[in-house]
Amino acid sequence: MSQRFFPDTMPSPLADAITLPFWEAAAEHRLVVQRCTACGRTRLPPAPVCGSCQSTEADWQTLSGRGEVYTYTLVHRPIAPEQPLPTVIAVIALEGSDGLRMISNLVDSDPDEVAIGAPVELVWEDMGPDLSIPRFRLAAT
Amino acid sequence: MSAANRSRAHLVGVGETRYTRWGKIGDTTEHALACQAIQRAVADAGLSMSDVDGLASFAEDRNEAVFLAAELGLPTLRFGNMVWMPGGGGGCAAVGNAAMAVETGQAEVVVVYRSLCQGQFFRFGSPIAGDAPDPAAPPRPTVQQANTPMLASMGFAMPYGLIMAAAAYALPTRRHMHLYGTTSEQLGHIAVTFREHASRNPRAVMGGRPMTLADHQASPMIGDPHRLFDCCLESDGACAVVVTTAERARDLAKPGVEILASEQGAPQGYAFGHFTNANIADDLYATGGCEEMAGRLYGKAGLGPGDVDVAQIYDHFTGCVLMQLEDYGFCKRGEGGPFVESGALAWQGGSLPTNTHGGSLSEAYIHGLNHVVEGVRALRGESTSPVEGAEVCLVTSAACVPSSALMLGRR
Repeated sequence: MSQRFFPDTMPSPLADAITLPFWEAAAEHRLVVQRCTACGRTRLPPAPVCGSCQSTEADWQTLSGRGEVYTYTLVHRPIAPEQPLPTVIAVIALEGSDGLRMISNLVDSDPDEVAIGAPVELVWEDMGPDLSIPRFRLAAT
Repeated sequence: MSAANRSRAHLVGVGETRYTRWGKIGDTTEHALACQAIQRAVADAGLSMSDVDGLASFAEDRNEAVFLAAELGLPTLRFGNMVWMPGGGGGCAAVGNAAMAVETGQAEVVVVYRSLCQGQFFRFGSPIAGDAPDPAAPPRPTVQQANTPMLASMGFAMPYGLIMAAAAYALPTRRHMHLYGTTSEQLGHIAVTFREHASRNPRAVMGGRPMTLADHQASPMIGDPHRLFDCCLESDGACAVVVTTAERARDLAKPGVEILASEQGAPQGYAFGHFTNANIADDLYATGGCEEMAGRLYGKAGLGPGDVDVAQIYDHFTGCVLMQLEDYGFCKRGEGGPFVESGALAWQGGSLPTNTHGGSLSEAYIHGLNHVVEGVRALRGESTSPVEGAEVCLVTSAACVPSSALMLGRR
């Protein structure tokens, strides 16, 4: 098991048939985004239709896990028992995704060092045997 | 007055229950409060319940129109309507739908209502409705079934602890600070100004609690950059407004307030807004997402930002107020900070007196329908922070989610 950053009491992901492949890939430590096979546009969260070309055909593209902080907040009120505070919630601009971003956490990083534009790298947190959550840490510049 | 103006719907009555801190109303039900607010609004209009043939609400209102219609004794329910715009984004849309109903003859008198007692159900920002972790049954972290698209999209926010609105809307506000140099002190000016307005409003939950900029700066950080006093209240209470035709409005108890324009707006790809969507377009991210809708609203009303005498701006968080002021063209993009710092929002001396009731930050959090109530009072000369000679009032619903807005007028 990987290093743990958050307690088991954190909310688990909710998924339907369209979004489940993201979490199945995550369990295998692959960070994926959906890619329209007709026009090539990427999207996250996964969706049943491509808003650009209306195609319902899509596959999954694996990303490097590098990116940079687009925006962030330091949360000082817990929503789960034993949640570490402040929790850094960040929007990460994902390298190689054709401009996609995702919501995640910055872990293993000094909250005072978090800044918009800071480079980050992926950290997998194994919450359980079939659940891994993609989080990020500040990367060396 | 043009022929088009003669057919426009009017707001003719407003009503509300007592407003309290959340969880403080336990001697009656949220549903009963909805009844009371509707009764008071109808009475304020000089109408009787037998005149009402439509009911409309928003924000997943639990208080279904069919029960209210039966309990209140409506002769018939010709128009029952709920808005899809999520949460507080739909308040003005509910009024707009009521206006469309009366303008097209679907109904003659529609009451728009919102009742909210978070203490009787679950508190917004809780992980899942009512679920506290059970010590006897430790959680097993695993992917759970999402039964709705909304929950599936929340799956890309909740596992990271993004559940509190104060944190979700801190994300665009932080980026606004990064891009334009907006400061926490500037956000504080918004909170302090609305608190001052609340000081004259006997309904305001925080009416007797003055706030200085130093108080704001000393308040604890919740979701940086949002401090406690950047966050709206959590309240129990209900309010309602009555919409009817221009013809019917002519001989009622008080002068009607004309609905000059109403619009709804969800930008392309916006979904639920910043709460679950990290992929809002870059040029929309550090905004309230209302600029395109604002253009439609002004165009429909034949007015511009310079014509607005008083505004009721949905204030879930100070950062969202600041970005809306830019969206609606009261200052340029990025200049919201200096604009609010100049005292522009103040009842006395401000160029745009805003939230003259105290807003959700200081009157009560009734999902912004109380802003429509105050818009009517402002144009009737009934506000406790009256703006002399006000003829045009902008009312907005929640921004950073799909939103809606009203332009109200008195001639």
